[in-house]
Amino acid sequence: MAQSRSRDLDKLLLRHGHLVGPNFEPGPDLRDDLREYARVLVVGAGGLGCELLKDLALSGFRNLEVIDMDRIEVSNLNRQFLFRLGDVGKPKAEVAAKRVMERVAGVNIVPHFCRIEDKELDFYNDFSIIVLGLDSIEARSYINSVACGFLEYDSDDNPREETIKPMVDGGTEGFKGHARVIVPGVTPCFECTIWLFPPQVKFPLCTLAETPRTAAHCIEYAHLIKWDEVHSGKTFDPDNPEHMQWVYSEAVKRAELFGIPGVTYSLTQGVVKNIIPAIASTNAIISAACALETLKIASACSKTLSNYLTYNGVEGLHTKVTEFVKDKDCLVCGPGVLMEMAASVTLGEFITLLEDHPKLLLSRASVTHRGKNLYMQAPPVLEEMTRSNLDLPLFDLMDKVPKDVVHVTGTTSKSDKKTSSLRKLRVVFKGVDGVSDMDTAGGA
Amino acid sequence: MAEPKTKYDRQLRIWGEQGQAALEKASICLLNCGPTGSETLKNLVLGGIGSITVIDGSKVEEGDLGNNFMVDESSVGQSKARSVCAFLQELNDAVKAKFIEEYPEALIETNPSFFSQFTLVIATQLVEDSMVKLDKICREANIMLIFARSYGLTGFVRISVKEHAVIESKPDHFLDDLRLNNPWPELRSFAEAIDLNVPDPVVHKHTPYVVILVKMADEWAKNHGGSLPSTREEKKEFKELIRARMRALDEDNYKEAMEASFKVFAPCGISSNLQRIINDSCADVDSNSADFWVMVAALKEFIEGTGEAPLEGSIPDMTSSTELYVTLQKIYQAKAEADFLVIQRHVRNILNRIGRDSDCISKTMIKSFCKNARKLTICRYRPLEDEFNSPVQPELQKYLTDEDYSSIAVGFYILLRAVDRFAANYNSFPGQFEGEMDEDISRLKTIAVGLLGDSGCNGSTLTEDLINDMCRYGAAELHAVAAFIGGIASQEVIKLITKQFVPMSGTFIFNGVDHKSQLLSL
Ligand SMILES: [Zn+2]
Repeated sequence: MAQSRSRDLDKLLLRHGHLVGPNFEPGPDLRDDLREYARVLVVGAGGLGCELLKDLALSGFRNLEVIDMDRIEVSNLNRQFLFRLGDVGKPKAEVAAKRVMERVAGVNIVPHFCRIEDKELDFYNDFSIIVLGLDSIEARSYINSVACGFLEYDSDDNPREETIKPMVDGGTEGFKGHARVIVPGVTPCFECTIWLFPPQVKFPLCTLAETPRTAAHCIEYAHLIKWDEVHSGKTFDPDNPEHMQWVYSEAVKRAELFGIPGVTYSLTQGVVKNIIPAIASTNAIISAACALETLKIASACSKTLSNYLTYNGVEGLHTKVTEFVKDKDCLVCGPGVLMEMAASVTLGEFITLLEDHPKLLLSRASVTHRGKNLYMQAPPVLEEMTRSNLDLPLFDLMDKVPKDVVHVTGTTSKSDKKTSSLRKLRVVFKGVDGVSDMDTAGGA
Repeated sequence: MAEPKTKYDRQLRIWGEQGQAALEKASICLLNCGPTGSETLKNLVLGGIGSITVIDGSKVEEGDLGNNFMVDESSVGQSKARSVCAFLQELNDAVKAKFIEEYPEALIETNPSFFSQFTLVIATQLVEDSMVKLDKICREANIMLIFARSYGLTGFVRISVKEHAVIESKPDHFLDDLRLNNPWPELRSFAEAIDLNVPDPVVHKHTPYVVILVKMADEWAKNHGGSLPSTREEKKEFKELIRARMRALDEDNYKEAMEASFKVFAPCGISSNLQRIINDSCADVDSNSADFWVMVAALKEFIEGTGEAPLEGSIPDMTSSTELYVTLQKIYQAKAEADFLVIQRHVRNILNRIGRDSDCISKTMIKSFCKNARKLTICRYRPLEDEFNSPVQPELQKYLTDEDYSSIAVGFYILLRAVDRFAANYNSFPGQFEGEMDEDISRLKTIAVGLLGDSGCNGSTLTEDLINDMCRYGAAELHAVAAFIGGIASQEVIKLITKQFVPMSGTFIFNGVDHKSQLLSL
């Protein structure tokens, strides 16, 4: 009998098991469905992304897409195994997709060389599962808000099964990492447990200016204070080696002045660019855990991780599973912020309300309802097309439904840092049940 | 080849140039290059390991294309070792890569001295019998050995080394060594010269907390017959005394002093861990002792003289004027240097005494040893045969009855051993081929229950669900599981070779069902 390429995976997908997920139906159909219908998006084509693409391609998935805005750098080569020295400067997503397709027959990977914010929301809705291999809290938060944005609740505030967009998220730093499964509406989303990612502590400016004590203080002085003093108007570019060299030599001067040891070029780069140490092995561990969970979610071939795995290899080897609980009032994955208003409120007035709402504080908001753009701040063409809606009542724009979910995107300021965020609102029009009844009656 | 420093930048920030140099000098032997072995090696090749030798006697089959990224269609029918080796070489041309087309089991049987040329052997997908034999060979030859196995949704990683001593254990959280409750004369007199009641508010808020705490501990001791705060009430009172000295709410140095006040209450002297190390029989050195133990012997003499380990010499950042901070740094460094000189003298004397060249341990090495003296770690691993023949019964029983967390993992441990016995009896793994599932399940159960009985444990703790699923796995090597196991194995290899950080102890059992994996110390 000819051997199948799926020899090992078939044991899991074709045979009955006991420790499996709900509705597990083993058989060739399951294997074929996984190949044909499961569509997985990998966000990030870096250390985790390269591993994830390989792992997923060898776990029965054939429809993969990958999105990443970065280009390949020399310092990626110690772990991002799909890239070679000759690839430096090329888009990561494109090279990663090509390399995996070259080696794993039958797999199709569509690369997207762009920012995650550049994609329409519909783009994300197209996938069965979204896997995150990112190193930024902001990017995680954005994708999380997008995926949770698709979630709808029924009238009893239970999540509607068919609107759930599962996510699998991985992260690493040095010898440490985490993998988690996010099933919006069921398990905590990224925002429910945002406290797991405490904000980075910054040095007080007065320390930098007046009482520097460490090498890092001297570097940050040169980077944050001296640069602007000397180069009025010219912004510092961390990727420009001349800029970095300037900061380094200024930091050395300052360190000598105060008798502080330890300023090196490498440390300067580390402090200025906030470089997170990264190695192949940790990325391999975390990505493998994520890929395995993705396979389980898609096939139910095994019970899943519930819901947060941490790995620490610094002192011995520690893995731990924690079952976090979701925040039922979460603004992102919860049923949504309730906004009650009169049917006469115009879209323009509604946008102003968002700025002042204590739970939102959202400025420059764009509004969509059931995939239809009601008002868009950008690009200019769309802004112009939707501008006339601002003077119309929101109730009319929402096809006169008494209550529904509206998505808004805009900017929120958190400790003087602006971040783009997406929020879900449950808009209820006061007293319109009666109104619409009368309308219907009148029209009959 | 260009810019190795830039290429390795992200890892040099973890293990430094010394760690990198150790990796680049290491020569690694891989046994079996299925996905588990290939992925392990991939992570090491990317990081610039010195040389690799891939040993596998099999040819690439169609089925391998579905779980191993390092073979492709063009290599079907060819040597798997050759194919994997070629791909690995492509990843990093600084690595010397070669392969030998031979079955590891044969090499273990016929050519045991073969292994002594390597720094470390990574043995993947071996069955119990070969593992035990290889373990003996490597222990004899003093070659580091690590086993890795993927099997369905489970697998394991096990280090086997007689002894691994770590100087740079680099723990994440470790209490700094400030001696606030036991200041040496220079630190004491520096603190004495500073007036906490200084009228200038700018100076007041820039007095480092180290000075504040040394002075206040001193003051407390004077008022309490020489003793420091020990009861809960006293500790609270001590904190309040600090708070009372604050002049404004923005005095961060006083806030830091309150937060760090527990360092005043911390016991003097050395930790029980360090006590164990200096009491180890290896610290009675002779001419055959390793350098590490010679330094431990010197450390022991130092501790017997002073009651403390040598001072580390570095201080954390704290609110302070630049001048006071830099001066404080120098005081700590000077004491560390003085302690180092004492230890160095002990080392030289001991080397003389045991008939070795008194300069054969370098100054840099002794310095690093002194700086890390409080964090020394020794890892020892039982021979595999001992663990298999007489696992630590109470430990095993403890894991077996822990329903909450580790019961699946320990079940896998037993079953992973049972499948090898199964294979030895029936020439295939349970469920490896279609059609004999029910029979295989009952056979596996009988073997597993017998295995548990041999260890003096009750077999009823092994669930039917687990036995059934173990047969379902049919010895499958799933790529994602192999990548996980390979990742863990390579991480441990890095720690063993760089002699930095602490390798895992015991056997790591991967539980791919719900990820409640477990380290078993058997
Ligand atoms: Zn949430």
